[in-house]
Amino acid sequence: MTLPRPKTEDFGARLSFDRGSPGRRAVDVPAWAGDERPLPDTHLLRDSLRLPELSQGELVRYYTALSARNFGIDSGTYPLGSCTMKYNPKVDDLVASSAGFATAHPQSPAEEAQGTLRTLLELRRGLGEATGLPAVSLAPAAGAQGELAGVLMITRALEDRGELETRRRILVPDSAHGTNPATAAMAGFAVTQIPTAADGSLDRATIEQELDESVAAVMVTAPNTLGLWEQGIEDVADLIHGAGAYLYGDGANFNAIMGRVRYGDLGFDVVHLNLHKSFSTPHGGGGPGAGPVCCSEELAPYLPTPVVEECEDGLVRLTAPERSIGQLQQFHGNVGVLIRAYAYMRALGLKGLRAVSGQAVLNANYLRVLLHGHYDLPYDRPVLHEVVFSGSRQRREHGVRTYDIAKRLIDHGFHPPTVYFPLIVEEALMMEPTETEPPEAIEAFAAAMIAIAEEAEEDPEELHGAPWTAPIGRLDEATAARRPVLRWQEEGADSPA
Amino acid sequence: MASPADGAANGGAPHPYIPATEADRARMLERVGVPDLDALFSDLPAAFRDPAIDLPTALTEPELIALLEERADENADPARPNFLGAGAYRRSIPAIAAHLTARSEFVTAYTPYQPEISQGTLQSAFEYQSVVCELTGMDVSNTGLYDVASATAEACLLAVRATKREAVALLEPIHPGTAEVVRTYSRGAGLRVDLVPSVSDLTEEHACLVVQQPDFLGAIVDLEPLAEAAHASGVLLVTVADPFALGLLRSPGEAGADIVTGEGRDLAGGPGFGGPSLGLFAARSPFMRQMPGRIVGRTQELYPPPDGAGEPRTGYVLTLQAREQFIRRERATSNISTAQALIALAFTITTQALGPRGLREAAELCYQRAHDASARIAALPGYETPERGPWFQEFLVRGPVPAEDLAAELRARGIGPGLDVSARPEPEAREALLFAVTEATPNAHVDALVAALAEIGGGA
Repeated sequence: MTLPRPKTEDFGARLSFDRGSPGRRAVDVPAWAGDERPLPDTHLLRDSLRLPELSQGELVRYYTALSARNFGIDSGTYPLGSCTMKYNPKVDDLVASSAGFATAHPQSPAEEAQGTLRTLLELRRGLGEATGLPAVSLAPAAGAQGELAGVLMITRALEDRGELETRRRILVPDSAHGTNPATAAMAGFAVTQIPTAADGSLDRATIEQELDESVAAVMVTAPNTLGLWEQGIEDVADLIHGAGAYLYGDGANFNAIMGRVRYGDLGFDVVHLNLHKSFSTPHGGGGPGAGPVCCSEELAPYLPTPVVEECEDGLVRLTAPERSIGQLQQFHGNVGVLIRAYAYMRALGLKGLRAVSGQAVLNANYLRVLLHGHYDLPYDRPVLHEVVFSGSRQRREHGVRTYDIAKRLIDHGFHPPTVYFPLIVEEALMMEPTETEPPEAIEAFAAAMIAIAEEAEEDPEELHGAPWTAPIGRLDEATAARRPVLRWQEEGADSPA
Repeated sequence: MASPADGAANGGAPHPYIPATEADRARMLERVGVPDLDALFSDLPAAFRDPAIDLPTALTEPELIALLEERADENADPARPNFLGAGAYRRSIPAIAAHLTARSEFVTAYTPYQPEISQGTLQSAFEYQSVVCELTGMDVSNTGLYDVASATAEACLLAVRATKREAVALLEPIHPGTAEVVRTYSRGAGLRVDLVPSVSDLTEEHACLVVQQPDFLGAIVDLEPLAEAAHASGVLLVTVADPFALGLLRSPGEAGADIVTGEGRDLAGGPGFGGPSLGLFAARSPFMRQMPGRIVGRTQELYPPPDGAGEPRTGYVLTLQAREQFIRRERATSNISTAQALIALAFTITTQALGPRGLREAAELCYQRAHDASARIAALPGYETPERGPWFQEFLVRGPVPAEDLAAELRARGIGPGLDVSARPEPEAREALLFAVTEATPNAHVDALVAALAEIGGGA
């Protein structure tokens, strides 16, 4: 007879607010030894504040337990497509944490922040070189903010050309990240969706047909979210320019082409990069990232403020471009992330960056051939950084959805790929192994995927309940949205939301 | 000497971050069915392939550390007294905040799309939302936006959507960076941004009134009359609050605010030349489905645990996602995706480590130290500290010499002066520098400042 398993705690039911005990504290605050001055009038002051009361050890245990309920790149293979979940070098965190960097005040005069500023200048130059778009602002905090900057720059340029009133549309392929159309709308443009051609590339005929004097820009993700290069994009760029519009590049997938081709050489006018992807700064559970925007000389006067410049006196300063769209943040962007990206760039060099893109692409193709035949591959051709399979056969034949496959991968010890994206692939499984996965890890991941395909045939019911070995089982997302509980409440209190 | 990217030359891995050796690569290429790596890039246009790119050569880890330590040393000495505030303040951060935030399960995860293996990120974010609601007096918080200024811009966009009006009013004195970012974000939406000196300038064209608490020149604002005046014209009140000051000050929600934004960076770690930052964003529940950014909700397992030990357990998921760009695309409430999750975690741990009493005590200590420093300076011959009502941690100093000269004299004595605000329109700011003294400003720094000011005053 086996012993019964002890009942596990419903860990999520008790927040830090529900733990500890009134009167406990995790840190002390020094007493004020000087003269006590009167506080402002009480109607300006708070009379109560509800926060947890835990000892230091309890709080450390609570958050340590939470960390154990998380899966990061350091935990295992994390092939989340279009997110470039590669190993984050620890030395980058180390160097960015130096007191000299960490304590620099954002309002410091340039003379007092030359170490930070010179580092940013060299990063700026490196990104300008790598993209072939020499004018760069490091200000955007993430890719979506970089996109907003890029589209607002186009807005300003059109304004100066006297064409802003007429050019009100932005063309976006249906395979684009959701941020592209959302950004275009936020910048006040109408979005025209361009369908993907049968081979997975941009539908050039539709673009030609749509390109007229009402188009401000075309937003293209290159390589695209199917992991494919847009062949002939340099000719499309000519068409777009011929029609008086701009070519915006979403550089989220730059990892695939670093050192191999440059956006600027191909005719892109403005591109954002995601440094938390290609330049391996930690994703942090959802940021902070950095989304520098790189552009041609023509658009340089519109870059967001600040831009890092080396001045004639040899000092590096933050400057405001002549016709800047303005600031995107109160200060200068996610500087700590930028320092990490600089460290990454310096650790790799050009040869290293080329090795990165080479191996990233080989790994994606290796995974493609390992899984070939086991899952449908709607765009069956060599890929760049990622490969998009479909679970539609499993769904059709066994009633097993991609959702189930993803959840079952957790039991096999892997983070699932991106699912149900891009939207143009049914039951999509979008996999990006990145260059930092060793071949054995890719083989193990493929073996798990194949095992799950077999499970789908033999025991489809079992997959509907997966995962079984995670810290928690499948969660009721529908009720969460229908009856939102979005904050801690004292027991018995009604949820305000 | 072998450079780190040369490993491939002798059959090894090309770099410590890239595991595949020459032999691995050969085996993989064969399986893929291509002769070499270059063949994988055949879709790229041949005329533009492999361009010359001017990047510095690779550095080994020790070389990298040496270079960046040298760089960090080119910044001002971290130990030097510095009285700059104006949006970024020195705080005492509990050691456990940095320690716990550095756990790689938090650091190297991404957006919690798979809740079963992301409860650490999700439950922490729920803790964060709870802390922000308590501090601000709001009903709903998201998991954080980029920074205070972009969060305030998003608040303006929400107010515009909710009221269907097309102008926003910012009450002076407000941080110029915040005003600038609101202008940037308004450009796309075609909104008018009015900087108003008084609440009496509000009209029924305004979607919201944005008020900074404490204001840009340090004064504590009585929010309630502003809320009443705004609401009388159907205008929403957006409060840009310093969350640390909210340890002492009445919550904006209690005073009538509809949306509260703030900057969380100072409670997460050092100023770091401004970033990574953290934009707090919380609102009253009627605006819940209009909010930008990610929101975490509490729910239950669909199935009881397999050991049969009991009831479905509690867990956390991203929720109300129908607002977001990856679902709603051009009809989303914002384009935001990746934000500042790890900074939000550090912010949460700091506030929870301080707890209800600690946060109040730290805020009071900050208040006392700043007022003490201000009083000592005001007592020096030739100096005054013009006040605009009750204030928290920042004060204006007008000296015997013009503001610019006073700043230069302090710098010459190894002291970082307060921000020069002498060009501002407020009469109290005339020829003044804006000094910040907080709970984390060492006594010795204040002593050095007072001595230096006395010396400058003596020579004037």
